[in-house]
Amino acid sequence: MGSDEAKALIDAWVGREGAGRDRLLPLLHNVQDAIGYIDDALVPAIAAALNLSRADIHGVLTFYHDYRRQPAGRHIVKLCRAESCQARGGAAIEAIAAERLGVAMGETRRDGQVTLEPVYCLGLCAIGPNAMVDGRPVARIDAAALDRIAIEIAA
Amino acid sequence: MTRVFISRDMASVALGADAVAHAFADAGCEVVRTGSRGLFSIEPLVEVETEGGRIGYGPVTPDDAARILGGNHPNRLGDVAALPFFAAQQRFTFARCGIVDPLSLADYAAHGGWTGLDIARAAEPQAVVDTLKASGLRGRGGAGFPTGIKWQTVLDAPGGTKYIVCNADEGDSGTFADRMLMEGDPFCLIEGMAIAAHAVGATHGYIYIRSEYPFAIQTMRDAIALSADRIAPFTLEVRAGAGAYVCGEETALLDSIEGKRGQVRAKPPLPALAGLFGKPTVINNVLSLAAVPFILAEGADAYAKVGFGRSRGTMPVQLAGDVRHGGLFEVGFGITLGELVNDIGGGTASGRPVRAVQVGGPLGAYFPPSKFDLPFDYEAFTAAGGLIGHAGITIFDDSVDMAHMARFAMEFCAVESCGKCTPCRIGSTRGVEIVDRIIAARETEPARAATNDGTLGKALYSRAPDRIDVSLEAQTTLLRDLCDTMKYGSLCALGGFTPYPVLSALDHFPEDFGAAAPVTEAAE
Ligand SMILES: Cc1cc2nc3c(=O)[nH]c(=O)nc-3n(C[C@H](O)[C@H](O)[C@H](O)COP(=O)(O)O)c2cc1C
Ligand code: SF4
Ligand code: FES
Repeated sequence: MGSDEAKALIDAWVGREGAGRDRLLPLLHNVQDAIGYIDDALVPAIAAALNLSRADIHGVLTFYHDYRRQPAGRHIVKLCRAESCQARGGAAIEAIAAERLGVAMGETRRDGQVTLEPVYCLGLCAIGPNAMVDGRPVARIDAAALDRIAIEIAA
Repeated sequence: MTRVFISRDMASVALGADAVAHAFADAGCEVVRTGSRGLFSIEPLVEVETEGGRIGYGPVTPDDAARILGGNHPNRLGDVAALPFFAAQQRFTFARCGIVDPLSLADYAAHGGWTGLDIARAAEPQAVVDTLKASGLRGRGGAGFPTGIKWQTVLDAPGGTKYIVCNADEGDSGTFADRMLMEGDPFCLIEGMAIAAHAVGATHGYIYIRSEYPFAIQTMRDAIALSADRIAPFTLEVRAGAGAYVCGEETALLDSIEGKRGQVRAKPPLPALAGLFGKPTVINNVLSLAAVPFILAEGADAYAKVGFGRSRGTMPVQLAGDVRHGGLFEVGFGITLGELVNDIGGGTASGRPVRAVQVGGPLGAYFPPSKFDLPFDYEAFTAAGGLIGHAGITIFDDSVDMAHMARFAMEFCAVESCGKCTPCRIGSTRGVEIVDRIIAARETEPARAATNDGTLGKALYSRAPDRIDVSLEAQTTLLRDLCDTMKYGSLCALGGFTPYPVLSALDHFPEDFGAAAPVTEAAE
């Protein structure tokens, strides 16, 4: 999406949903859902649309783990690192995931095909280790499941 | 046409429930998607409607559809509610979850829905608050503050605009009750919030749901749209979080709704007096609010007569981690930790001995099986150096390395700190480094008894890295000192309670930190 298009998206959203300060998080979610990440170059447009300072937007953008400032891979695998998944072998699965998907935790593979990210609990804590693969929950992840995910993200 | 019931809960879907539902639809069944019953070792679960009631089968795969419809499948469970895991529960809050279609207003009304709201709206606000007080309900988000007293403060607060905020940030590992309720019985939460609104004079409410719960966000939005007329003039909206654990802290959550960084506010003022947008605000956990319809419909006594000491009513306990029968077990307070872990949960899924359980999420203490006689009660857990929190119990077998779990607690605090106070923001990173040194030293140093004399000074004041006293003794003393600073020098419980998992690991499992194992009391 070009930057003019992105600005039009922001203005249209604000026109529809309002320009109050409390609209900031929903707007950031909306931009990220549409474009995949929130480019630093869009910060002035967001600031202008909500009548806030650029520093303010930057502060919020960098505070929350969800917001991306760089594009992610075509597929996103979020692997749970929290205690209940660790109790079910999560640490070993993390290492296998990095190996099978060919990317370190927290990184995007060089060919742009997949991003592997940590998540701290998906609320599926009795059936771990768990992951979200492109928004789809997957339980009881083992090496075989990771092989299936690796095939899925090759597409 | 045969009717079958299959859960659409995120956990059930993660286990393959969607494919099972498709198979039954293809076989010509009418498939009703419900919430989860709450026992994951039998999921994906299918319940087939018969003249003698629903007959459950689980776990099942899509290939099993024909055999199940033919009535002979080895995983036939019969009446699911009669299974010991369910028969032993007291389901006040989760009575409908897993049984009804979560988005059917007809189902909700047929199963006693809206009775509490009708009773509340026929009464004076003060009478509703009095009922809450009499029920003894305490906040289920962690701190256990009496809900009726919180509502009284908001009712008495001057000002025209007031808000009801539901805390659905549920970030604790080992917990999923909020999620299950929102996905399985969303109208129950809506009814609880509408009752709160009537009780304190609020007209608008927010449900702040963590972004890791996309199913719950969608279900709540749909349920709000469907029930808008029923709760009018009260209005509700969902706000999605953005991946910050600390936004579960109530004041950080309010700042997040306001569109700011989710940083913790200093108290006073209390949110009850100056909360969202500076207005008087009730902020309660999902389970606190979802307990309210039962209390209004059945009466305060019906709720209060169950429980233990000052912990009244039921708690939806969540059994998680390495557990054979994990899931949601709603029961009156007072059941012991050992009953929950061994009798209900069936011990570990791995089949190895239970070595540790963490109660109350990442800020909760680790307990060894020698503490399994602890009754589930706010005061008893505080006295034992822990907390109930949101009632998640994470079970670990004997392969766990408690030094690694202590390190993780510090690491999690470092990742999630809101940055406002130094002991939490910086101390947590220093904590990771100290545990790393302990892990390095325990491999090389022989175990010896710890003495604290003089070693703290040496560990602290040696500036050059080669002069840091990296002995186990010095680093362990330093870790305790750091925990002390975090405990007393932090504004909120993220920095303040991270010492619970760290110190409980150190106290109960010193052998994992290179020290001598504790002397175990004689079995008799
Ligand atoms: C770091 C931190 C995280 C918290 N997370 C949650 C949470 O996810 N859900 C919740 O209900 N309360 C959470 N709390 C507790 C809230 O601050 C607050 O006590 C609660 O929302 C009050 O509701 P209750 O009285 O109904 O429990 C958290 C507290 C802290 C310090
Ligand atoms: S203890 Fe940590 S999370 Fe809590 S207010 Fe201080 S810095 Fe923020
Ligand atoms: S700890 Fe992994 S889903 Fe909860």
